[in-house]
Amino acid sequence: MTDNGKPIPETAPSSDLSLDEPGDRKSRKRRAWRQLKRSRLAIPGGVIVVIFIVVAIFAPLLAPSDPYKNDLSKTLTTPCAAHWFGTDELGRDILSRIIFGARLSLLEGLFSVFLAMLIGVPLGILSGYLGGKTDTVIMRLIDILLAFPGVLLAVAIISILGPSLVNAMIAVGVYTVPMFARLARGSTLAVKEEPYVEACRASGMSNLRILYRHIYPNISAHLYVMATLRVAIAILTAASLSFLGLGAQPPSPEWGAMLSNGRNYLLIAPHLVVFPGLAIIFLVLGLNLFQDGLRLVLDPKTVDR
Amino acid sequence: MLTFLLKRVLYLVPVVLGVSVAVFLMIHLIPGDPAMIVAGMEATQEDIESVRRALGLNEPIYVQYFKFISRALVGDFGTSFRTGRAVSAEIGARYFNTLQLGLTAILVAVLFGGFTGILSAVRKYSVIDNASLLASLVGVSMPTFFLGLVLMLIFSVTLGWFPLAGKGTWLHIVLPAITLGTPSAAVVSRMTRSSLVEILDQDYIRTARAKGLGEFVVINIHAIRNALIPVVTVIGLQLGYLLGGAVVTETVFAWPGIGRLVVQSILARDFPVVQASVLILAVTFVLLNLITDLLYGVLDPRIKLQ
Repeated sequence: MTDNGKPIPETAPSSDLSLDEPGDRKSRKRRAWRQLKRSRLAIPGGVIVVIFIVVAIFAPLLAPSDPYKNDLSKTLTTPCAAHWFGTDELGRDILSRIIFGARLSLLEGLFSVFLAMLIGVPLGILSGYLGGKTDTVIMRLIDILLAFPGVLLAVAIISILGPSLVNAMIAVGVYTVPMFARLARGSTLAVKEEPYVEACRASGMSNLRILYRHIYPNISAHLYVMATLRVAIAILTAASLSFLGLGAQPPSPEWGAMLSNGRNYLLIAPHLVVFPGLAIIFLVLGLNLFQDGLRLVLDPKTVDR
Repeated sequence: MLTFLLKRVLYLVPVVLGVSVAVFLMIHLIPGDPAMIVAGMEATQEDIESVRRALGLNEPIYVQYFKFISRALVGDFGTSFRTGRAVSAEIGARYFNTLQLGLTAILVAVLFGGFTGILSAVRKYSVIDNASLLASLVGVSMPTFFLGLVLMLIFSVTLGWFPLAGKGTWLHIVLPAITLGTPSAAVVSRMTRSSLVEILDQDYIRTARAKGLGEFVVINIHAIRNALIPVVTVIGLQLGYLLGGAVVTETVFAWPGIGRLVVQSILARDFPVVQASVLILAVTFVLLNLITDLLYGVLDPRIKLQ
């Protein structure tokens, strides 16, 4: 953003979650932290998420063996000292595969939500800010996307693009667009009526600049809370697609794909299904718990739940 | 009521038209030559040509759409590439199987979620309340395919109470319905609890108690109906999840529904079946949403006025 000489009113930095509280940044941060602790489960949730992130980053150092290496002398071993989570039908170490799978799941969640925000947020802000015909057209398009029930939209997109991990992430991203578009629109409608936006307009600021400097920073907190929730849902959805054979393909250590493969051995080696399943549950549960705390920080009114 | 109904129905027209265009365009959005991709890797030039003719891809796009929609309106979706049978025949029975599974799952969600929700609200902060909070959190965090496989492992393989998969007696639907309904039950339970907790704080509840009514009557006659409105909203929102989620649950339990058909058809590149199934599920969803909206009117007469 180039400065045209006029002083720019300062707005809350977008990373700060407490919106309309007075006081300097430090005390606001302290307050946010206090609220986060109040949710009781948010901190454990955050810890779980951080553990998964660390595992994903340091996967090559943490994994006891190569996640792709077959060892046909040790197929379908039950959990033991050498293989904590056992081995699969090709003798691959399941713990190592789950550790590397954390990378794929986090990537699925983050990339698809990033894509959804990239498309959905500008659409929603424009729709809310401009109103009129633009609003009608954008929202009708969003309504059409929402007419496809649940994961079916993602499934339909895969049927066009073809099954693969990247296409699954794109499909989940598009499937998530309506949620961000609607949230961004609603929040923009609320912020747009604020006196400071009117003041900006009166002082001759361009629409684009108002949107970027004033509207977006003030609705971003809501968007981040939504993003945390949607990352959890995106991970579940992408794993479902991989389970159906529409996402990550074997031999990729994607958790959903591992479960799909392990299904064939359910009767003789249930650990092939149990461990990837638990991995998904813990990661998604962690994100959900953390999200709950974030919501409290944002909206302290929701005390009694 | 009639204007309300009419407005809602009119609003649906552009959405349904938009959905039909989107579904129609699916085949044209395939990167590359759709006829070549649909015909498959080892197709000869003639195969590709015959596919092109079968799909009508030689004609201008608006003619294609017009033909597509006028045939779809009378239930003609062409022939399945995979089986050579009429698409409508492939879908027919499967559609009702999916509806049957979906409705049973709603029943599971409402009964189980409603019951635990009411219990949690009445016994706020008790062991039951905390346990149901934890169960709900796990319920929404668990992939349905994992839940399905675990239920299958415990109740079919180990205990032998229910059949492993497929469709036959009423026993076949139990595990799939619980699998599909559980995440919704978790959401319904939380919503029922928070809604009922709020209602129980209202003055008219205090009045009901003050005039000496028993707790049972207060909860069941005075509180539940008012607590029901947000719960119906949530159930309405869950319908999409249930219809879409059927894709996964049906695959796990080999339930002969339309969701499993979609997945099989995508993997087999059987496009007419994919298009028809997606269109039918989307239209069903739109109609179910309409019904939910009308249900509000019945539950809360104030809504009709808006």
